[in-house]
Amino acid sequence: MQATGSGATATAVRPGRRAGQPALPPAPAPRRRRRFDLSGALSPWLFLAPALAIFALFKFWPMAQAVQMSLHEVRPYLGDRWVGLDNYAQVFVDEDFLAAIGHTVVLAVGQTGGSILLGMALALLLEGSAKHLWVVRTAVFLPTVVAMAVVAEVWRIMYYPAPDGAVNSVLGWLGFGPSQFLNSEDTSLWSVMAVGIWRGAPYDMMIFLAGLAGVDRNLYEAAAVDGASVWRRLWHVTVPALRPVFAILFTLAAIRGLRVFTEIFLLTNGGPNGSTEVMMTLIYKLGLERGELGIAAAGSILLLGATVLLTLLVRLARARAERKVA
Amino acid sequence: MGNGFDSALGLTARRGPLAVLVKLVVYGLLIVVFAGPLLALMVGAFTKVPDPTSLFSAGGFTLENFTRAVDRGVLGYLANSFLVVGGGLLLQIAVSISAAYSLARKRFPLMKLVFLLVLSTMMLPEEVLAIPLSLVLSEVDLTGTLLGMIIPVGAWAFSILVMTEFMKEIPVELEEAARLDGAGDLRVFWSVVLPLCRPALGVIGIFGFTMIWDQYLLPLLVATDAQQFTLPLALRTLRSDEEVGVGVLLAAALLALLPSVLAFIAMQRQFMRGLTSGAVKG
Repeated sequence: MQATGSGATATAVRPGRRAGQPALPPAPAPRRRRRFDLSGALSPWLFLAPALAIFALFKFWPMAQAVQMSLHEVRPYLGDRWVGLDNYAQVFVDEDFLAAIGHTVVLAVGQTGGSILLGMALALLLEGSAKHLWVVRTAVFLPTVVAMAVVAEVWRIMYYPAPDGAVNSVLGWLGFGPSQFLNSEDTSLWSVMAVGIWRGAPYDMMIFLAGLAGVDRNLYEAAAVDGASVWRRLWHVTVPALRPVFAILFTLAAIRGLRVFTEIFLLTNGGPNGSTEVMMTLIYKLGLERGELGIAAAGSILLLGATVLLTLLVRLARARAERKVA
Repeated sequence: MGNGFDSALGLTARRGPLAVLVKLVVYGLLIVVFAGPLLALMVGAFTKVPDPTSLFSAGGFTLENFTRAVDRGVLGYLANSFLVVGGGLLLQIAVSISAAYSLARKRFPLMKLVFLLVLSTMMLPEEVLAIPLSLVLSEVDLTGTLLGMIIPVGAWAFSILVMTEFMKEIPVELEEAARLDGAGDLRVFWSVVLPLCRPALGVIGIFGFTMIWDQYLLPLLVATDAQQFTLPLALRTLRSDEEVGVGVLLAAALLALLPSVLAFIAMQRQFMRGLTSGAVKG
């Protein structure tokens, strides 16, 4: 918030004067004015009302319904039947679900780790204030702002499994055989993961760059004076200074990692032969195509629980690390 | 500058011919890897591309892809996208400012709880709520309407939190001066607080735009037929249409890519500011 904060104080002067201008009528009729004043106890709630109403209707109410549905066998027109935790039990014995949980975890871990590592490498390579570096950074960052639907269509074409498909051509020049990419059970999950890293790493790069900008330059100089190599400097000065950045990225990953849907839906829709089916695509199919609403809801709640748990764990680790430093 | 200590690796300080060459190769490689696929899309949209293998070998500039895309109703999908992003963004900004004003400026009972509720919505994305959300949408008669894609994105925790942080930095004295002049709550909000928030409006504006433009699952749940499709949704239909061909798909994808890329380039400073400030909030 530092940047915006200084922006506030910089611009604060102008309208301050405007507020002092006699444009607003001075004191004579305060009583009539007060009728339109909302500063009573109700006022904060009036300003919050739109946000809370939307959240209530489209976040909290659906969540409550998900809990409710997860405990019932949902039968449209017949009335729901209470089944307790059966739906949850089913999630844990259903082979499709177990496979989907596995794929989700592999994908989340791979994309998070890959994006962070590649993002950090990119940030180190492209750090600096020179104009040409800014151009390269902007180009590298583009995948992040492009809608996922577009990214998916582009990569479906890039991944075209014929030997003269785009990525296969490049592999060919490098002496590697053509791959089936999204079309084979052996490579599909990795191909999806690569797209996720391609889109995620530039985002992480930008956050790393913000962190790198905050590293005390004197420390670099001191390390150089001590004759430390670049690698030692990186390990002992830069990496420790980036600890908060890692914490942020892990928090974001915890929230985002498990809920992947759009890229799978568009790249493979869970195929071939279920090899890329993740929690969300399975829940979508069960709920909206097969009408198994109760089990789908149970899956959603479990996903939500895992997300909350992960977020809390990252927070906890972060707090502990901070205490250690302090 | 140039003393070798302005970056972690000190790459800028290396100016020898070999170092420059290596750097050029690395930069070129990075651009090819990250921007290349998007560039290929752009080129493909303007050339005859009979099938995916001829993405690079195709020749001849043509606008045929676009005219055929228009025949397939792409302009209608694009209009839908703009309506959703326009309406959604306006609503989102208004709702965020209003809520932030309360959270940053007022003290009231249960404030902590409200704050927590707003934060908790970050863990409740459409994906996790998809199934019940689609039921709620049809209960309130929003399925099959663009409003169904607009209203749910109207409240976004990220925007509210960025705005709240920003408003906390605005000196209270300005407000108090206006109040002494007899201005009421709405008046203070409208003529004192709002004009001061302009820089933050840029941040939540560009983030809101990118976020709404990227929406996929929500429109998918809301749309009941192709008439309400946004452009990202329509891409999938175009792809599975045997008669359409890769070129037309690329032309449509380019139209879906351009608005967000242009918006990003125009507001890059605000974007970077939001990236670092918003991320800190988790």
